[in-house]
Amino acid sequence: MSVVKKFMFVNRKAPYGTIYALEALELVLITAAFDQDVSLAFLDDGVYQLKKGQQTRGIETRNFSPAYRALEDHDIKKLYVEKEALEARGLTEEDLLVGVTVLGSREMGVLMDQQDVVLSF
Amino acid sequence: MKFGIVINEGPYQHQASDSAYLFCKAAIEKGHEIWRVFFYHDGVNNASRLTEPPQDDRNIVNRWSKLAEEYNIDLVVCVAAALRRGIRDENLAHGFRISGLGQMVEAGIQADRMIVFGD
Repeated sequence: MSVVKKFMFVNRKAPYGTIYALEALELVLITAAFDQDVSLAFLDDGVYQLKKGQQTRGIETRNFSPAYRALEDHDIKKLYVEKEALEARGLTEEDLLVGVTVLGSREMGVLMDQQDVVLSF
Repeated sequence: MKFGIVINEGPYQHQASDSAYLFCKAAIEKGHEIWRVFFYHDGVNNASRLTEPPQDDRNIVNRWSKLAEEYNIDLVVCVAAALRRGIRDENLAHGFRISGLGQMVEAGIQADRMIVFGD
């Protein structure tokens, strides 16, 4: 398939508690396999998806956070985190398990405007 | 315009499927095309033919089946999400088909606009 569109996946929810984050990640990998231009945005509680040191044994669910580190192997390198969302939760870039670009909500909006397809989870 | 539709929530629990249905109908009436409707997350539950709402309520599943039949709309249910939730060919409602996530990516590529109905 020769058409390449800009796909942005907007992650707004905490990694556990609901399945949105996990199933969104599955879609991200498939989209990359279709050789599309993929970027991920993390807003609201979605920033917790990238938090270091996740431990899920107590809730008997799989800790899928290592998958975010493997995104690079699928050529997915554009990860954007909203500055306001980090700050509201007392987090900094150092708390995250992958390298990201931190953007203010205004810049994030500009970036979203440049996408062809925005899928929000 | 060609629309791709994504529905991420189950019927009755959430308004997403209702809103998507009403949007599709309105778009078709205005002469637009619904290129594909893709059901993901709990949205796959919209495809269960075991659904039986009270008689005085709308039948969300049948409504999709009818719309698909009338306007030849491709209703696709994500296989991984469906299997997790017990949706399979045996209990799939008329007009739906089960396929992979690639079908959602394809809709994103082919459609002029992709619209997500979810939480």
